[in-house]
Amino acid sequence: MTFLTLEPIRILLYLVGICAFVGGNAAYLVLAERKGAGRIQRRPGPNEAGYAGLLQPLADGLKLLAKQIIVPPGTDGLLFRLAPLMVMAPPLMCLATIPFAENLVARNLNIGLLFVFSFGSINVMALMLGGWASRNKYAIISAARVVSQSVAYEIPMLLVVITVLMMTGTMDLNEIIKQQAHGFWNWNILRGIWDFSAGHIGANPLMPVTFLIFFTCMLAETNRAPFDMAEAESELVAGAFTEYGGMGFGVFFMAEYANIVVGCCLATVLFLGGWQSPIGVLSGGLWGLGWFLAKTYALIMTVIWIRWTFPRTQFYRLLNLSWKILIPLSLVTLLLTGVMMKLPLLWRTIFGA
Amino acid sequence: MIAEKNFVPAPGADPSRPASAPGETFVLNLGPQHPAAHGVLRVLMTMDGEWIQRAEPIIGYIHRMHEKMGENRTWAKFLPNTSRIDYLSAMHYTHAFVGAVERAMKIEVPLRAEYARVITSELNRISSHMVWWGALLLDLGGFTPILYAFDDREKILDLLEGLCGARLTYCYYRFGGLYNDVDDAFLQGTRDFVKHMQPRLKMYRDLVTDNIILRQRLTGIGAISAEMCRKYGATGPVIRGSGVAYDVRRAEPYSVYPKLEFKVPTYPECDSMARYLVRMDEMEESLKIIGQALDQIPAGPFMAAKVPRVLKLPPGDTCYAVEAARGRFMIRIVSDGKEMPYRVKLRTPSFSNLSLYEEASQGMILPDALAMMGSLDLVIPDIDR
Repeated sequence: MTFLTLEPIRILLYLVGICAFVGGNAAYLVLAERKGAGRIQRRPGPNEAGYAGLLQPLADGLKLLAKQIIVPPGTDGLLFRLAPLMVMAPPLMCLATIPFAENLVARNLNIGLLFVFSFGSINVMALMLGGWASRNKYAIISAARVVSQSVAYEIPMLLVVITVLMMTGTMDLNEIIKQQAHGFWNWNILRGIWDFSAGHIGANPLMPVTFLIFFTCMLAETNRAPFDMAEAESELVAGAFTEYGGMGFGVFFMAEYANIVVGCCLATVLFLGGWQSPIGVLSGGLWGLGWFLAKTYALIMTVIWIRWTFPRTQFYRLLNLSWKILIPLSLVTLLLTGVMMKLPLLWRTIFGA
Repeated sequence: MIAEKNFVPAPGADPSRPASAPGETFVLNLGPQHPAAHGVLRVLMTMDGEWIQRAEPIIGYIHRMHEKMGENRTWAKFLPNTSRIDYLSAMHYTHAFVGAVERAMKIEVPLRAEYARVITSELNRISSHMVWWGALLLDLGGFTPILYAFDDREKILDLLEGLCGARLTYCYYRFGGLYNDVDDAFLQGTRDFVKHMQPRLKMYRDLVTDNIILRQRLTGIGAISAEMCRKYGATGPVIRGSGVAYDVRRAEPYSVYPKLEFKVPTYPECDSMARYLVRMDEMEESLKIIGQALDQIPAGPFMAAKVPRVLKLPPGDTCYAVEAARGRFMIRIVSDGKEMPYRVKLRTPSFSNLSLYEEASQGMILPDALAMMGSLDLVIPDIDR
């Protein structure tokens, strides 16, 4: 066992592990999405390749790999080839700091939260590059949409995260989870309303709303329906990926799911107690991993469910939602958290002792 | 009746927006292969960012010379062509052609055949509207409704297949009657379908029509005034969505429609939502019509006696209009007394409905303009014919 705990071996193991996790998730979430869509639309979904369609991702992957990669004439060849790489790398990096269980984390940074968000923002650049390098009118419209959408939704998302940060007082993701121990009522989403362990009102009574804002922003950041402006296939054919075929398209497609996984992991860590058990016991070791994955996949399934239920919104309404509703609302929660946290101090200042 | 006062410009259309310099616009060639065009429609758009300055529909990609074909084959041989002009409302088109010939020949159609025509026409209207509904939702990015719509449509297709053997291009009506009689299995099946469809429509209203995103995407967008409809000859749900209660079944009554009670749904809002609601209401009215026709259908022959095998129409000029799923379809036949028509003129509703697109889409944002195109319910072979 000592051999496994050597630092280079550890890094290698985690790298392989995370790559396998992302790859497996991207492949099988596509299947889950298609199966889920099938349930919602009262049809079986893919069921031919393998038992119940379980080999479908393999077949899809082989098909995409076998296709010729066409770089259209007139495009910027370097940027065109670079964009798929850039879109896949950030979610891989983000997952390195996510604690899947108490001791299962590739690199526990004390600025883990900042790290995740700084890498998460690169995704936009990649989509913009892909759209720009394609020299396709639909792709350029899509790239312009992606940029304004991401800018609009990163602000409320970060504001919301700052509220959580003020409550927890740390950017260490594992530390944030450890604070949410002993039962689901201690998870941040409920702890904000009433702090059960301390027995007084919590730091942010609007915490469930904060969670909804975070989830909405996450949907918008990952370009998922009803906010899939970048890939609005009935308007922009395939948006930024119009000119991509074969595995170039495949990588964009996988990155979308990888980003959803990262987003849902983060929501689990920040609001739903990460690997903490909802009943207070059985949080250690593999149990923790189980709880974490259960919560994350529940969120991912919600994302899939939303996609197949709602039509797409309009672009200007999407921006209005962010600038006129989500940003003011998240500012209010931020202010409220600040006031609530300083209330005891205020009380002491006014009434003494 | 004219709803000018309700005319609302689309929020995307901003007249105060300064026009861009010529170099700052670009041309977007939407189609002939594009997911939102539902066929081979090409729209040449001059875009200012995402705003449309000018959208010019270019048609003719699926032109099949139906009118010319009419001139070099006998009356009976042209009959199958009528199902293929607008393949989604084949019954109505056949009805118009058969009706025109019957009018010219003064053939008395038995009452049972007329009722059967009304029942099958209204079933066809529902199936056509179901395709439109699913396709519009696809345009709006909602993927699920079309599978429910096709589930219901499947039931109609099964019924009509049992009747005439075809699922899309029926060619069920014949000069003087029908291809074969409506049997009890069909009548019972239609009764069951009416019972099945009413709760389904309620479900669609609850789940889709009242969805806030759908309401936002259609309400107040894609304004088409009654004046514009008149200018371009737009009919059907498009003009009824502009507040004009124009329905051929009432305006120029044909078949047994005068004996049946139904409302002509109109909405004065002039926007895409009005056209949407008109079609949703029409499906309910169609169900009512079918219910009445099923109760009233008499026993008797289904073909007129003594219809000659080789038709020779008396020289003259005859028109016959029907209310097809997309609006007023009129056929004009000119005979010079020979076995073949001298002229067959088809007045198709989609062509007129598309004509107003260029004017109506000015200044709109691309997704809204495509949603409006979806609300016009275009069938491209019907435009090109």
